Formats: sequence, C-alpha cells, structure tokens
Amino acid sequence: MARENKTTGKVAGIVANLVIVEVDGPVGQNEICFITLKEERLMAEVIKVVGKHAYVQVFESTRGLKAGSLVEFQGHLLEVTLGPGILSRNYDGLQNDLDKMEGVFLKRGEYTDPLNREKLWPFKPLAKPGDTLAAGDWLAEVDENDMPHKIMVPFKLTGRYTLKSIVPEGVYTVDHKIAVITDSEGNDTELTMVQKWPVKLAIRAYKEKPRPFKLLETGVRCMDTLNPITEGGTGFIPGPFGTGKTVLQHAISKQAEADIVIIAACGERANEVVEVFTEFPELDDPRTGKKLIERTIIIANTSNMPVAAREASVYTAMTIAEYYRAMGLKVLLMADSTSRWAQALREMSNRLEELPGPDAFPMDLSAIISNFYSRAGFVYLNNGETGSITFIGTVSPAGGNLKEPVTESTRKAARCFYGLNQGRADSKRYPAIDPIDSYSKYLEYPEVQAYLEKNVSEKWLGDVLKAKDILLRGKEAMEQINILGDDGVPITFHERFWKSELIDFVILQQDAFDKIDSSSPMKRQQYMLAKVLEVADASFSFGHFEDVSSFFKTVINQFKQMNYSEFKSEGFERYENELDSIIKERLN
Amino acid sequence: MESQAFQKVYTKLTNITKATVTLKADGVGYDEIATVHGRLAQVVKIMGNDITLQIFEGTEGIPTNAEVSFLGRPPQLKVSDELAGRFFNAFGEPIDGGPEIQGEVRDIGSPSVNPVRRKQPSNLIATGIAGIDLNNSLVSGQKIPFFADPDQPYNQVMAMVALRAKTDKIILGGMGLTNDDYLYFKNVFDNAGALDRIISFVNTTENPPVERLLVPDMALTAAEYFAVDKNESVLVLLTDMTLFADALSIVSNRMDQIPSKDSMPGSLYSDLARIYEKAVQFPSGGSITIIAVTTLSGGDITHAIPDNTGYITEGQLFLRRDSEIGKVIVDPFRSLSRLKQLVVGKQTREDHPQVMNSAIRLYADAANARTKLENGFDLTDYDERTLKFAREYSDRLLAIDVNVDTDTMLDISWELFGKYFNKAEVAIRENLVKKYWKN
Ligand SMILES: Nc1ncnc2c1ncn2[C@@H]1O[C@H](COP(=O)(O)OP(=O)(O)O)[C@@H](O)[C@H]1O
Ligand SMILES: [Mg+2]
Repeated sequence: MARENKTTGKVAGIVANLVIVEVDGPVGQNEICFITLKEERLMAEVIKVVGKHAYVQVFESTRGLKAGSLVEFQGHLLEVTLGPGILSRNYDGLQNDLDKMEGVFLKRGEYTDPLNREKLWPFKPLAKPGDTLAAGDWLAEVDENDMPHKIMVPFKLTGRYTLKSIVPEGVYTVDHKIAVITDSEGNDTELTMVQKWPVKLAIRAYKEKPRPFKLLETGVRCMDTLNPITEGGTGFIPGPFGTGKTVLQHAISKQAEADIVIIAACGERANEVVEVFTEFPELDDPRTGKKLIERTIIIANTSNMPVAAREASVYTAMTIAEYYRAMGLKVLLMADSTSRWAQALREMSNRLEELPGPDAFPMDLSAIISNFYSRAGFVYLNNGETGSITFIGTVSPAGGNLKEPVTESTRKAARCFYGLNQGRADSKRYPAIDPIDSYSKYLEYPEVQAYLEKNVSEKWLGDVLKAKDILLRGKEAMEQINILGDDGVPITFHERFWKSELIDFVILQQDAFDKIDSSSPMKRQQYMLAKVLEVADASFSFGHFEDVSSFFKTVINQFKQMNYSEFKSEGFERYENELDSIIKERLN
Repeated sequence: MESQAFQKVYTKLTNITKATVTLKADGVGYDEIATVHGRLAQVVKIMGNDITLQIFEGTEGIPTNAEVSFLGRPPQLKVSDELAGRFFNAFGEPIDGGPEIQGEVRDIGSPSVNPVRRKQPSNLIATGIAGIDLNNSLVSGQKIPFFADPDQPYNQVMAMVALRAKTDKIILGGMGLTNDDYLYFKNVFDNAGALDRIISFVNTTENPPVERLLVPDMALTAAEYFAVDKNESVLVLLTDMTLFADALSIVSNRMDQIPSKDSMPGSLYSDLARIYEKAVQFPSGGSITIIAVTTLSGGDITHAIPDNTGYITEGQLFLRRDSEIGKVIVDPFRSLSRLKQLVVGKQTREDHPQVMNSAIRLYADAANARTKLENGFDLTDYDERTLKFAREYSDRLLAIDVNVDTDTMLDISWELFGKYFNKAEVAIRENLVKKYWKN
C-alpha cells in the first residue's frame, strides 16, 4: 500500500466516531489515516470505501470536528511496533504506552512510543555471516527481564536472505543497525531490533501447527482436573455478570505455567486493570521467583476508552502474542471480554447501516471470531523449537442467555467451554464453572490422553471420567429427591447425591482469595482426587437419610481444612488422619 | 441563554422530526450546542453542510423558519466552591432562586482518567446496614447501583447511605424524579444539616425526558472538580438510571437507529460505561463514588438496562421485600459488591470473609428447605434449623432498618451459628471457629 504521494482528503460527514472522508487518491481497506482537528491529530481506520468516499472509524472522540477538516492517509494498516521492552508495559488498545502519557486524564490525539529508544540492551548474536535466513528466523538474543528475547528477521520480508554482517556481542539501543541481510538479487537490507506488523493479519513464521497435546497447568482444579486446557489450546468462559469470569481469568494469569502472560482488558472495568497494576508487581511468579509483572503485558482498553480502539485491542494483544511465540515461548493470552469487542463491531456496523444479523450484530460475526481464535495454537518453528499461544476469552452473554450470537459463534471456535452458572455463583460455589455442561474437547484427543497417561498417571484419565460420572449421577439423584421427597427415594440416592457434593466441595470449589487454596499444583490435584475417589468408592452403612448428609458434611469439612492447609504440612496430615478415622468408623 | 453579537443566525430548517431538526450551515463542530427556537440543541450528525440537531425539549411547535444559532462549544458547567448547597436543572442553571455561579467554565463529558493514574480503591464506606456492610461492603471509588422494583424505598435507602457515609460532598443527579421525591431529598439533607455539602442537578418528571441525558455528565463534571481540584471524597447519587436509558432509547428510535435488545440502542453498554467509569480513587486522596438506582420491572434483571448495568458496575444491591418478616432486605443472593474483597478481613475483623460466606450458604439451604415445604415434602431437622436461622438472620441482619457496626454484625452471625448449627455444618476454618464460636 506504500505510495509515492500521500493520499489526502477532507471530512465530508460525521456521525459519532464514524467519519466520511472525500479522498483525492487511492486508499486501502483498513488503511490508517489522521484527521486534523486544530492542533490535534485523530487516528482513524478505513472500514468501507464507496466511490470517492472513505468511511473511517475514529479511535477518539470526534467532539468539535468540522466538515472540511484535512485528512492524511498513511499508506499502511494499523500496526504494532515489536522489539525488546514490551514486557511489563501497560498499553492502550493501539499500543500507546499509558505510563508515558502526561496528566491524570487521557488526552485526545496523544500517541506515545511503545518502546524505550534510549535503553541499552545486552545483545548476543545467534546467527553468523553467511547463514541463510527467512522471515522469523533468529538473528540474536537480548535479555528482557531474564527472558531470552529473540531478534528476528522481520516477518514482513519474503524470500531467502544471506546474513552479510551482524554486530558483535555488546549493548545497543533498539534502533541500532544490528545486521545487514542480502536477498537473492544482491540487495542489502539493514535491520534494527524493531519491526512492525499489521495487527489484523496473522504472523505465520512457523513450520507447522500440530494439534495441541500438552497440558497447560493453571492451578485451577476444575479446569486442570476436569476439563484441562492445553498449551496452544483455546477456551472461553461465558457467564452472566458477577459469576466470576474476571476473577477466574486473573487466577489463571497468576498461576498458569506460561512464560509470557498477556492480559487484554477489552471494554471492561478500569479498576480491574488497576488491580493487576497493583498486585502483579507484588506477587511472585511461582516458577521463576521473579515478580509476576515481569512476565506480563497489559493491553488496557477499558469500557470508557474509545470504542473503535476496543476492537483493535484484541488484535494488538494477539499480534504481540504471536511475536513472542515466534521466539519459542509459551504465551498465555486472556481477553476480557470478547463480547465488548463484538459490541464495538455492532456499533460500527449499525452506523454504517449494514444489513444486521441476529441481535443486530454484523452478519460475519462468526467468521471474525473463528478467524481470531485460529491465531492461537502450538507451533513448530522453522528451527524446530516450539512455541504456543493459549487463548482464553470471556463472553458476557446478554441477559445471561447462552443462545445469543457471541456465545454461539465462540462455541464453534473454542475447544474448551467453561460455562459459569448463575445458581452456583449465587450460592457462592466458586469458581462457578458448571461441571456438567462444561467440556474440554482436548480430553478426547488421543495425543492428550497419551500425554496425561505419561505425565500425570496411568489411571488419571479413568479417575477423571469417574469423577465426572459421579457428578452427573449425583445431579440425577438430586432431581429424583426433589421430585419424590427425601424419604420417597432409597437411601442410596442420598449417598449418590452426597458423593457428588463431596467432589463439588473439595475438587470443584476453590477460594480464589485464599493464599493456599487459590493455586493447586497438579501433584496436589492428583492426590486430592485420589483421596476423594477413595471415599466415593467406599460403601457405607447408613440407618437414615439424615445420617448421610451429616456424615458427608463432616467429611467435607475435614477435606476443606486440608484444602486450606499447606500440602503435606503437619496440619494437612492431621486433618487427613482425622478424616481417615471418621471414614473408617462408617465403613461397611 | 447566551448569544453573541457576531453569531450568524440561520432561519431555514430543511427537515424536522420528533427529536431533531436539519439545516444547512458551515463551520459547525460535532457535539456542539445550539439554540433552536429558544431551545437547547446539540449537533448529532454532519453530512457536508447538512447539520442535524437533537432538540432536548422536543420539536413540538418548531416552525421551518425557526431561529438557529450555534454556540461553538459543547455543553458546559461553571465550577467553583459556590456549587455547594445549590440546586440546578439539567443544563446547570440554578433552580433554587439563588444567583448564577461564578467560576471556571468546563466542558461536560470530559475524557477518561488514564487507568495507570488510578489508585486501587481501599477505603471502606460503613453504612450501618448489615445487608451492605456485612455481605456487600462498599469502598470509596466504587460504582454500584440499587436494583429495585419501583415500589421499593430505594431513594430512602440511598439517602440514608449517603448521609452515613463520611464524604466531603454529595452530588445528586436526579433523572425523572417525581416532585415528591425531589422534595424528599431536599428535606432529608436539610434536616441532617448537610445541605451545605450537597449539590443537586435535577430533572423531574415535569421536565422533558431527553434533557435527562445531560444530568449525569453535569453531576460528574462537578464531582471531578471537587475530587481532582480539591482532593475531596465525593459521593454521586444517580437516580433513576433506568429513566436515563429510556431517554437514550427515545432519541435513538427517533433517529431511526437499529435497536438491539429491548429496544435499547446498540451503544447502551458504552453509553452507561462512560458514566459509571467516572468512579475513581485518585492517588492524591480525592475520590468519586457512584451509587445509582436502576429500577426493574417485575424484578427482571435480564432486561437490557439492568443487564448492561450489571456488566459495568462493581456489583449491585438488590432490594426485596421479605414477606416472612415483613421488611425490605438487601437480598444476599443477587447482591454483590465486587470490591468487598479489598476491605473485608483487612479493614474489618479477620473472620469477616468466612462468616459472610457461611451465613449466605446456610441462608441458601433455607431457601431449598422452603421449596421442599412448598412442594409438600417433610422437612428434616436440619431443614427446620435453617429456616429458623434464615428468619432471624433476615430480621436481625439483612433488613434495611439495621444500624450497627461491623463487629456487632459478625458477633450476631456467630451467635446465630451457635444457636442453630454445629461446627461442621458451618464449615469455617478451624482457627476462627476456636476463637469466635459461641454456644
Ligand atoms: N473463585 C472465587 N472465589 C471467591 N469469590 C469469587 C470467585 N469468583 C468470583 N467471586 C466473587 O464474585 C465477584 C464477581 O466476580 P467477577 O469475576 O468480577 O465476575 P464477572 O467478571 O463474571 O462479572 C467477585 O468480586 C467475587 O466477590
Ligand atoms: Mg468481569
């Protein structure tokens, strides 16, 4: 789209943040332009072209904008800037560094540099002159918060190159000319540590994208144990407001076994981002002992920030994720909430007076969502190393109705479904993931099954399926009890129900705000599931149905005390011993 | 209304709808205000030199040769300490017979606070109402609505909360208030001797509904003045946001926009978020807390207005009449304060989080027992105990007429636990049970 002369235009119409521009030359779909408003320059993106009119969505408020204002087109799409120094940054949806902005309030038309241009980075070459290279190949490594940040051949370059020269080990700024590469025709290209990439396009600098097969530990029991997500997998969390979507995502982002965590706060509350700003610099990364913030990138486009930038924010986050994946890292990407992104699409589509689909969302909503989810995944890079993007998005269904278009479209795209249930949230059974309706398609993948068998235990999968079965049978028993009454069913129904309650209280429920209970490593999960199933497998003798509930309440209470204690600590073992004798007394 | 000598006056309207007029004019800015036939209007669409204006009062009686002058600015409010104690209409004009305000002119609907310049809210707001302080603690800088059917005493509860909260300023944004409610607020604040720290922007049922759209921005512009310029803690009361949203839908329907759910505009979420997100804690000490009212129809929270609100605000306080005790309670199931975990057990006693959760769980068991009873089944001994517990819990803690401190609320909870249950049934962490259990 690069042109000799910049295309310009004049504002011809304004409806909220949709501006119609009369242009004097060629423009491209999704091209970026700047609209002049007194001293301010407002960034906008072309979303439709009709004859001489380009329809652009403005990433800012258009208050005070007049017809006739000058517009300059940039000849490129919305891009992010990629290079060392992205980790621990707080960006807005367009990758402006929020910390670099002055004053308490966001200023319209203020765009800040995502990178630090002065900082000197310790640089180590990985390639040597004469090497043949292609886009995405590793040239060098710099140390970014102890993470080996790879400097790569820019993704935009096509074809094969020969490395002509590379600077020696040392410290350099990101803009330093660190290498020269030569194409097959003998033309040289100078490279720095910085490159740009248009956010709406996927970075495909990898050899192969197999089906994900490795478990990604999150420390959340009802995910890891019951419906595990994989490294490079996709999942979504739909739920009415207040059922725990954000708390669950934050828990996962604190505990998950990832090298890099990217949090895209898309059209949600500013205070929730502040919580991350405040807590992550204090919290330790359990695997590295460093602070969590050092492996985290925040893209904050909260609900009061411009709507068009909200849509951009998820793409910005995904592109940064792809950049780090190309370095051979395990990236976890969280977007809260993808419904706000869909709503931003809806607002714009309505302003464009497009023919609306269901609930006035754009007709191609499903395709847009699938396309986005498909950018996640586990990959083999060209050099044989692996990298992954695990993506989990929340969905905020209107009226809590899972039949609405965003939930339905996402269901087609994501492989794990963690449905939050209002009833569970109301009775404080957190995390409120519905154990019956939720699923992980990965459990059906033979390669995942083989992985679990090898890395967790041989009987693990069987135990998990058994636990699911107990939950289902417990639910059925409860329904019968509700229909026929406590004494209208055999005592075994009560036992069945309470065994499912046992799994619910001990395995499913987890207090996200308790220091110990909040995160449960796989070893511990394995131990607890085995212990719970021991009780579930046992046959007890009860004289009356009321004995069943009071016995299981005691057992559950004992298990809960274990959950609140340090694994295998003295207290933990004391509760366990007490539990064992309580159980023994009741055994047949 | 202001008029300046050099302003050009237009007198030829090309189009008139129920809410808007269109005319040809040059050099007009988007969002700018104008007067049309003496009525305030705002630019909502520009197409070449066709300017469409939304008339807040409606277009009844406007002729095609009406006089139109553009003011070259968005809606504004004059801010200064003189605002304190005063009553204004939706345009920021005094309605209490007092003098015009002298002060700095500010555009309303100002930009958002940079999220990295916010501080995490951490100051507990005690109200004495256990349904709030025990189960849904409020924190300054929070935004939270009451969800209530129109026959609930939400304005009374809100006024009570406002007066008990220790804040520097209270700003009332009244939208579609009945004249009686308006006078009620005036009286309560006056009787409490608090009038000098109260500022009100009021649109009553007697005013045109579309004017309401300006009320939250007026109230919040005043709030930002006190919170940012004066580092004060400000409590903003917005009642009734359902009527605000209704006004949004009136405008969008009249402008032929495609409605989404419940005939609300597709932008409802963003429109409400822009207002509620003004709630903030600043590092310098100033804060804006928003307590709003969203009236429901027949308790339906899936309607687009409460639904979008719930997705935006930091919880909701659900008022419900408990027929067993004959009092209005703060319903522990549907109510939620999302910021409570920042203060409970930290600024309140250590046992607070667990006591709160256990009591609600037992209250939920009582609800199940009640269903059993209604379905004609026998109750177990445990069921009977939960029912007795629920009744006393509701009466002594959930009812809105309770006014005690948080430690007392916790003590009452332990008393009820001990009275009706054994330790395993309450299932609280052992070290807390040892310390607080009452027989
Ligand atoms: N795992 C959990 N443990 C304890 N409380 C929780 C948990 N998940 C959610 N909650 C409670 O529910 C509230 C709402 O959760 P949140 O994640 O903000 O909901 P959503 O994002 O679905 O609207 C939280 O503020 C918290 O009080
Ligand atoms: Mg949330």
